[in-house]
Formats: sequence, structure tokens, C-alpha cells
Amino acid sequence: MTNDQRAVLQATGITKTFGSHAALKNVDIAFQAGEVHALLGENGAGKSTLIKILTGAYSLDQGTIRLDGEEVSFATPLQAQALGIGTVYQEVNLLPNMTVMDNLYIGRQPRRFGLVDRKRMEREARAVLSGYGLDIDVRADLSTFSVAVQQIVAIARAVALSGKVLILDEPTASLDAAEVEKLFDIVRRLKARGLAIVFITHFLDQVFALSDRVTVLRNGQLIGTRAISDINRTEVVKMMLGKDLALHHGEILAEESEVGETLVSLRDYGLKGRVEPINLDIHRGEVIGVAGLLGSGRTEMARLLFGIDTADSGRIAVDGRDATIRSPRDAVALGFGFCPEDRKLDGIFGDLSVRENIVMAMQARLGWFRALTRDEQMEIAGNYIEALDIRTASAELPVKLLSGGNQQKVILARWLATDPRFLILDEPTRGIDVGAHAEIVRVISRLREDGLALVVISSELDEVVSYSSRVVVMRDRAIAAELHGADINVARIVETIASHHAEAEQ
Amino acid sequence: MRAQSLSHLFSHQVIALAGVLLINWMVFPGFFDVTWKDGRLFGSLIDVINRGAPVAILAIGMTPIIATRGVDLSVGAVMAVAGAVAATFTVAGHPLVVTLAAALAVAIACGLWNGLLIAFLGIQPFVATLVLMVAGRGLAQLITEGSIVTFSDPALIFIGTGSLLGLPMPAVIALLLMLGAHLFVRRTAMGLFIEAIGTNRSAATYTGLRSRSLILAIYAFGGFCAGVAGIIAAADIRGADANNAGLWLELDAILAVVIGGTSLLGGRFSIPLSVLGAIIIQAMNTGILVSGFPPEFNLIVKAGVIMIILILQSARLGEIVAAIRTKNPLGRKTP
Amino acid sequence: MNARYRPLMATTLIFIVAYALCVSQYPGMWSTRVLGNFLTDNAFLGVAAVGATFVIISGGIDLSVGAVIGLTGVVTAILITRLGLHPLVVFPLVLALAALFGAVMGAVIHFLRVPPFIVTLAGMFLARGLASVLTQDSIPIDHEFYRTVSSLYIKLPGGGRLSAIGLTMLAVFAIFGLVAHKTRFGSYVYAIGGNPVSAALMGVPTGRTTVAIYALSSFLGGLSGIIYSLYTSAGYPLAAVGIELDSIAAVVIGGTLLTGGYGFIFGTLIGVMLQGLVQTFIVFDGTLSSWWTKIAIGFLLFMFILLQNLVFNRQNGPAHLRKGPA
Repeated sequence: MTNDQRAVLQATGITKTFGSHAALKNVDIAFQAGEVHALLGENGAGKSTLIKILTGAYSLDQGTIRLDGEEVSFATPLQAQALGIGTVYQEVNLLPNMTVMDNLYIGRQPRRFGLVDRKRMEREARAVLSGYGLDIDVRADLSTFSVAVQQIVAIARAVALSGKVLILDEPTASLDAAEVEKLFDIVRRLKARGLAIVFITHFLDQVFALSDRVTVLRNGQLIGTRAISDINRTEVVKMMLGKDLALHHGEILAEESEVGETLVSLRDYGLKGRVEPINLDIHRGEVIGVAGLLGSGRTEMARLLFGIDTADSGRIAVDGRDATIRSPRDAVALGFGFCPEDRKLDGIFGDLSVRENIVMAMQARLGWFRALTRDEQMEIAGNYIEALDIRTASAELPVKLLSGGNQQKVILARWLATDPRFLILDEPTRGIDVGAHAEIVRVISRLREDGLALVVISSELDEVVSYSSRVVVMRDRAIAAELHGADINVARIVETIASHHAEAEQ
Repeated sequence: MRAQSLSHLFSHQVIALAGVLLINWMVFPGFFDVTWKDGRLFGSLIDVINRGAPVAILAIGMTPIIATRGVDLSVGAVMAVAGAVAATFTVAGHPLVVTLAAALAVAIACGLWNGLLIAFLGIQPFVATLVLMVAGRGLAQLITEGSIVTFSDPALIFIGTGSLLGLPMPAVIALLLMLGAHLFVRRTAMGLFIEAIGTNRSAATYTGLRSRSLILAIYAFGGFCAGVAGIIAAADIRGADANNAGLWLELDAILAVVIGGTSLLGGRFSIPLSVLGAIIIQAMNTGILVSGFPPEFNLIVKAGVIMIILILQSARLGEIVAAIRTKNPLGRKTP
Repeated sequence: MNARYRPLMATTLIFIVAYALCVSQYPGMWSTRVLGNFLTDNAFLGVAAVGATFVIISGGIDLSVGAVIGLTGVVTAILITRLGLHPLVVFPLVLALAALFGAVMGAVIHFLRVPPFIVTLAGMFLARGLASVLTQDSIPIDHEFYRTVSSLYIKLPGGGRLSAIGLTMLAVFAIFGLVAHKTRFGSYVYAIGGNPVSAALMGVPTGRTTVAIYALSSFLGGLSGIIYSLYTSAGYPLAAVGIELDSIAAVVIGGTLLTGGYGFIFGTLIGVMLQGLVQTFIVFDGTLSSWWTKIAIGFLLFMFILLQNLVFNRQNGPAHLRKGPA
């Protein structure tokens, strides 16, 4: 990439590898003064790695970063901050236990006679925040204010300290519409002041409402940077999901007529603020593919189904009988299983062996005292290691030493050992190598043939198309459409994801 | 591999114990002498397992607690409470069974109290158990009405000073408790569940484990062990000393568990290795005594041992060493 | 009203009500004499508790402070009686040593990321051990300076005496109240207690501050040891055993959150006074035994932990959903 003369911050040839996994491959990106630059990509696309490199939280393996044309490198976020790059995270990284003004000024509080001059600090904090249209008691604890106000305080702090580049990492994730509008006003004002603003979000509406340019990353690679005026929503979704619509026509493997009787039935099942009420029937011998961008409510629906969050409206019936699911334990008792999105955090027991990981759910169902003997455990683990082709030197190896794909198979094996009726898989193929990928897709199809009901959430649309009997598209925390038969193709899914309710009004 | 990593750990503690014993033998050549007198064994070695028994018993209870990322700071105080209950009951003329049952029941109740605060109110373990650590000795004194209650019931005293098959009773009890606890956690699914919760609490919940009731049970067991240790300590001195019974022993118990290879961050655990840890601590204590140093050196040596183990366990040390080796000048990038 | 003041208000209210109840039963307790003795008898606890307040606000814990009191007392006694040094020479020396001791613990906690309770536990063993190795017995300090200081007091209206050590404690509370609430260092302590990761990202020098916090705690432990030696005119290796628990209890009862981030130096003073009140009441009563103190303190500690749990967990969501230490 040639030197972009107008760029405040320019990164060239950025490469970052974790172990054997390349998180970023030769990525070029430039941010200009006075623009809002949206950075898009699904989980694992490399967005957060890129941001961490640009803010000094990670070091880079290869590549250069230029700030105002001069090559820089930061060892810590503080250095990046001092050079002019400020960041506001989704989970506001401020101190909720301290006052608003402390949060604005910590580390640089005005002093008089060696003591902090709180009167002056209060005056100045008020003045700064009024510039953002915020008139609040700056002596109150930050935790007493809404997330929106905390966001603005974080922005005010970042701008005051840095003032060249402002990175907003999913700032709107937990804001309501009015708050988002207020935030956008502020961002536009800062843009007018000549800041380069990097905007990371999952909401396409917001991208088109606010940004001047958009850059899309996928699988650690730069897909492209476009001016927002040159591109439409469908094209953005295609870039994000990597789909060339011409090549993929629906190739339906599972006919809906083949499915068995209803197993799980949801009626207005929802949780305020997380998932809008859902109506859905899930049948035996059926795979329901769930498509939707990050933040569309897809994971939240899975958590609700498995009792990690408890629904506050509607009913769920299993086998025609009303059921109550208030904890994963309840769900497991009904014959449910769940492979979570974040394997490391919520899935595997890293230090425990493959054998122990596989028998865990079954043992949990048996209880404390009906323990499986070691021989039984070995047999169960051995069976699944063979059936799912889990590549491990031994069943006694700590599971953390296995590759991502094999860890995923271990979690799958854990549920299969409980002889489940219904499996929920959240991004089962994320971050795993191609070979294991194909195997997991095969396993999903095989389980369907065996008569299990499955809900599979995935952003790999080819994959969704290939195994789904039906596809549910989620958007804005609700089911936006249900696709059947010939409608199950990548183009149709992308279209559905990209369309938005505003269309009707326009 | 599990078998391998255990034997790997095992060798560490065994070597440490052998080392300590060897040093003891060098400074005090009679250390390994064991004699048979009046139907029981005598000698420094026997003394080690006898004196080490209370801490070993506490360590048995502390191990599952630490394996779930918890800690119980109240076990010393609970010892005092259990000793006080035992002493007052026996002085009041109750039979041994009732006395023991009462003391152990009170101790288990203390453990349940801790477990309730931790599992159901979500209070941090060290904060929750601090309450009983502070108030427990007061409770013990309340029971003994402020005096040291002495007793002379031979059956009760036998628990602290008697011997079985030539071995001192405290050591026999510790050994039986260790075997019982070890077999129990490994023959039931408890051990697996404890390690699962300690390794990844979130994954344990997702898998449908009943984390709360398990944690409650673990702290109750910790209370039970403290009760046993408290009865032994009281029987040993033929009285309940609310002020000094079990004083600072919670710290020795934690140290024993850590020496036994269980990480303070939870996960894998081994009850026998924790007991071995307790024996190592006692061997150092005894070694310092027999070699003629004042017993006060014990504390300094213990402090040193804690620091060495923690520094060795600290993953951070490796990072720091690595960082110093590849020290990169900050700020401007080097080509 | 700001939620953070609630525990402090509760403590103050409890103290006033408790004192009123005590006075209603024993009118003799309403005198400057009793108040003066309050301050004198609890001076060493108060000074140590100020250090504990800083440590706990930062989200840490210091179990070594009682041992530091014992060690300082013994070293002070030895330097004065055996080496014949003047107390005014000895004091800065032992205070510097105490601060260094704490600084090393702080460095291990921060740089090696070892949990504070285990590091300070090792510190406790070390300090008690050193003190016991130096002497097993109480070393009486018979020095002109000690006699002078011990007899210094300000006469209060009503016949009470505000002794030099009581005054020292009040000065420590005033000075370090200012440090906690009015300096950048103070704000760093709160920041680390609130969220060490955020604090570091916001430019708080977490390493330097953590070392300083533990150095401060041990420094005040040292000062407390000197006060204890003035109070008892002796240095004793087993002095102030268990004081770390009393000081932690005073801090928590004073409205400081045990998990860090919230707290007041003034609250700790009330916490210390409340403990003193319980003791004084028991003395006045004559029939109650001293073990009631511990039970009462334990009960108050429990109530405040419960209160904190209710107030703060409602704000921050259920504890079991928060991530544990990594």
C-alpha cells in the first residue's frame, strides 16, 4: 500500500501470529483525520487483534505503524494514549467506584499545595462534560450513571488525553435508540473537530448512519476498504461473510418432510433486553440453522434455551409437556446439550484429561455417588475418541493441549455421552482447521439422521445451508425470518440479514 | 498424563521430605532411632507423625477447599470450639460417643455456616471465613466460660495420647481419615467434580454440575476435619484452651496443601500429598528442635518455604525472566 | 444519597446508639476520662488499622501487621536498652526498616502476582520469628524519654486525659485521612481497588502504588509498635498477637468494602472506637467476660459483610457471575 498522505494513523503489512494461528495476515489500513471509519468483521476476523496492536496492548510480529507519517511502536496502551490514540471499550474501562471527575482526571488531577484541588477539578470536569452536552453531578460515583453516560465520560477522557485517533469498540452494544443517537451526535462533533474515529460495531444500520468509510476483515485478512457511498448493505454482508452469491445456490440436503414429531416448542419465549419473544417448533431429526450477525441475539437465544439465562416471558414445552428451565441442570435433565461459543471460557476443563472432559456431563447426570469406574470412563472416552476421530495421543492428555477442533469434538462427545435428544451448538466450527471443520459438519448431519433435534448457530453460511432443514435468521434480538426449502441458500440469507426495518419507512 | 504427572509431583514431595529428614539426621544422628517401649514406638520419627497429625487432618479438609479456589481461615478457631465442646461435655459426664458427636456436630455446623456464606451468598471465601476466625475463639471461650476446662476421662485422653498397634492415636486417626477421604473422593464422583469446579467454574455450570451444594459439602467437611483436630488437640493436653488451641494452624494447613502440590488457583488436588506436606512441615519443626535451635526459627523457616514455593509456582516469574532476556527498548521501534 | 456513604452512616449510627445505651446503663461511661482512656488504650490498634484501611481499599489484605508491631517493639527495646541509643534516633530507624519490610511484600504481591494474604502470611511468620529469635522475653524499656512521653497528656474538661499516644493516633488519622482522600496517591489506591486493569490502562502506576501501600501499612505497623512499646514500656515478641484481625474488623465495621474500592479513614476510627466501647462496657459491667468482645466483633463483622454484600452486589450483579481470578 502506498503512503496515504492524509492518514493520521496508518498501519501497513500488519501480521500477528499466536502459536500456529495467524490472527492477522498482512493487513493494511489507514485512518484519516475527520472521518468515521467503520471496522467490520465477524468474531475471529481479527478486529480485536488489530485494535489491540494499534493501541499498544499487543506487539506486532511484522508491519509498521505510522502516526502523522512517522513510524511509531508502542509497548503499552499508555504510550499509545500519550501519542494520541485513545480507546473506549464496550465494557467501559473506567472505575465505577470513583467519582465522575476522578475518572476524568485520575493521574493528572489539578493540585494545590500538593493536595488535589477538588473544587477546581469539579469546575473543569463540568466544563469538559458540558462540551458533550452532559450536565451531571461530577462528584457522584460513576456507577450511579447509565452505561451511556459512562461511555461519554470515557470518550471525554480519551479525547482529552489523546486527541488524534479515537477508537470506539462496540460503543453502542448496550445502549437504547435515544442514547445511540446522542452518542452519534457526539461522534459527529468530534469528527468535525478533526479526529480520526474508528468505529467498531455489529449493527449495519449504524455503520451506514455514521461512517464515511468501512473496512472489512475476515479470517485475519483485509477484505477491503470502501467509501460508504460506494457500497450497499448486501455488499457489506457479503464481504463480511465471504460469499460470492453467484456460486452458491441452495443445495438442500434435508427435506423438511423428513423430520419427526415436535420435540421442543417455544411460545413467546423471551427475556427482556436480551431476546425478543420467540415462537419456534423444533422437531426430531431436524437441524435448525441460525444465521445472523454478531449481536443479533443468536447466542442469547441459545443461552435462554439452555437455562443459562432464565426467560421472563412465554412458555417452553418439551414433548408436548410444559417445562421449566431455570438452570443448565434443568436443561440437561430434559436431555438438552449445549456447546458454547467460547470453548476455552465456558467449554473445556483445560487441566483435566480428555477422558474426564468427556464423561463430565454424564457423571453430572448420575450424581455424586453413582460414580463411573475408571474402566467405564476409559470405555466411554475411547468410544467417542474413535467415533468422532478425536486426535489425541492419549485419553489422559490434558484437553488444553488439543487443537481447537479436537477440543470442540471433546465437548460434543461430552454431550453425546449423555444420550441427548436436543443439542444446541453455538459456532461449532469457529477457529478450527479445515479438516476438523468438515468432520464436525458431517457429525451434525449424522446426528440429524439419528433422530436428534439440533439448533446450530453459525456465521459460515455455506455450512448452514449444507446441513439445515430450516434456517432461522436473527436480527435485532429477534427472529427476522424463517427460510424453508428452496429459500435456503446463501444469497437469500445474506439478503435477509442485510435488510432492515427502516426499509419499510423509506 | 495423569499417572505420570502425579508420580512426577509425588517425587517432588518425597524428595523434599527425604531432604529434610536427611538434614535432621545430619544435625542429630539419633533422628532415625525408633525404640519399642510399653507396647508403643518411640523416637523422633514417630514424634514427627504424632505432632504432625493435627495439621495433617486440617490439611485433609483444606485440600478440597483450596482445589475449588477457596480457603478456610477459620479452621484454627473451629478447633478451639470443638475442643471446648468436647471438654465441657465430658466434664458434664456425658459418655464418649455423645461427647464426640456433639463436638463434631458443632464443628460441621461451623463449616456449613462458612459454606452457606460462600456458596449461597457469593461472599469471597477468605472474607466469609474471616468471620468465624474472629468470632470462633470468643465462642469457644463462651463454651468454656473463659477458663481452661480440664478433664480426666481416659477414653477421651486416649484419642490424643494413646496408641494403636504401636502407633500414636493422632497419627492413626490422621491416616484413617486420609485413606477414607481419599477413597471417598476418588471412588465417588466428588473428586472429579471438585477438580472441574476448581478448573473452570463456568464450564462446570454449563455442564450441569451442582456447584453450590458441592461447595457447601466441602466446607462442612473442612469443619468436620477441624473438629477432629480440635478433639485431638484437647485430648493431648487434657483440656480445652480456647485461646491457644489451633492457633495459626490454619496457616500451617494452607502451607501443607500448597506443598502438597494443590495450586491456590484451584484444580488438581491430592489429599495424600497434602498430608505428606503436613509431615514435611512437622519434620522441619522437629528438626529445628532436635538440632538445638530455638523453636522460634520454625516461623522463619516456614516463611522462607512459603516464599520459595510461591515464587516457584508463580507463572509470572518465567514471564519476567523472559522479558528481561529479550528486553526491548520502549518507545521508538528498533529495526 | 450516595450509596458509598451508607455503611459509614450505619457504623456511626450504631456507635452513637451503642454509646447511648451504655451510658443509659452506666452513666459513668459518659465522661472525658473514659473517652481519653478509649483513645490511649486503642492507639496502637487505631494506627495499625489506618494502614489496614489503605491495604483493604486497594483490594488487598495485610496479615503481618501484628507481627510487625511485635518485631518493632523488640528491636526498639534492644536498640535503646542494649545499645544505649536515644529513642529519637531509634524511631526513624525502625520505621524505615518496617517500611522496607512492607515494600518487599508489596513488590512480591505486584510483580510475582502472588495473592496478598499468602505473602503477608509469610511476612507474619518471618516477623514473629525474627522477633522471637531476638528475645523470648519481654524487654523492659527504662529510659528517661519513655517516662517523659508516657506522662505527657493534655487535660480535657471533666478530668479526662488525652495522652501523647492517643494524640498521635488522632494525628495519624487526620494526616492519612488527607492522604487517602486528597492526594493523587490516595486516588490511585481507590483506583486499584476498583479495578486494577482499568486503573493500569488509565495510567495509574499500579506497581509503584502497590509497593507504597504495603510499605505504608508496615510503616504504620512500625509506628504502632513504637506506640505499643510506649504504652507498655517494654518490647515483647508476642505483643499484639491477633491485632491484624482486630484491625481488619475495625476497617470493615468502619464501612470499608473488604473486596476493595470503597472506604473511609474516618470510618476506621469509628470501627476502632466501637471495639473500644465493647471492651469498656465489659469492664464496666464486671460480670461479662472479655470473650464477649470477640463474639460482638465477629457479629458486627458479619453484619457488615452481609450489608456490603447486599448493597454492592445489587449494584454489580450476582457475585457468582463475575469472573474469578485468572
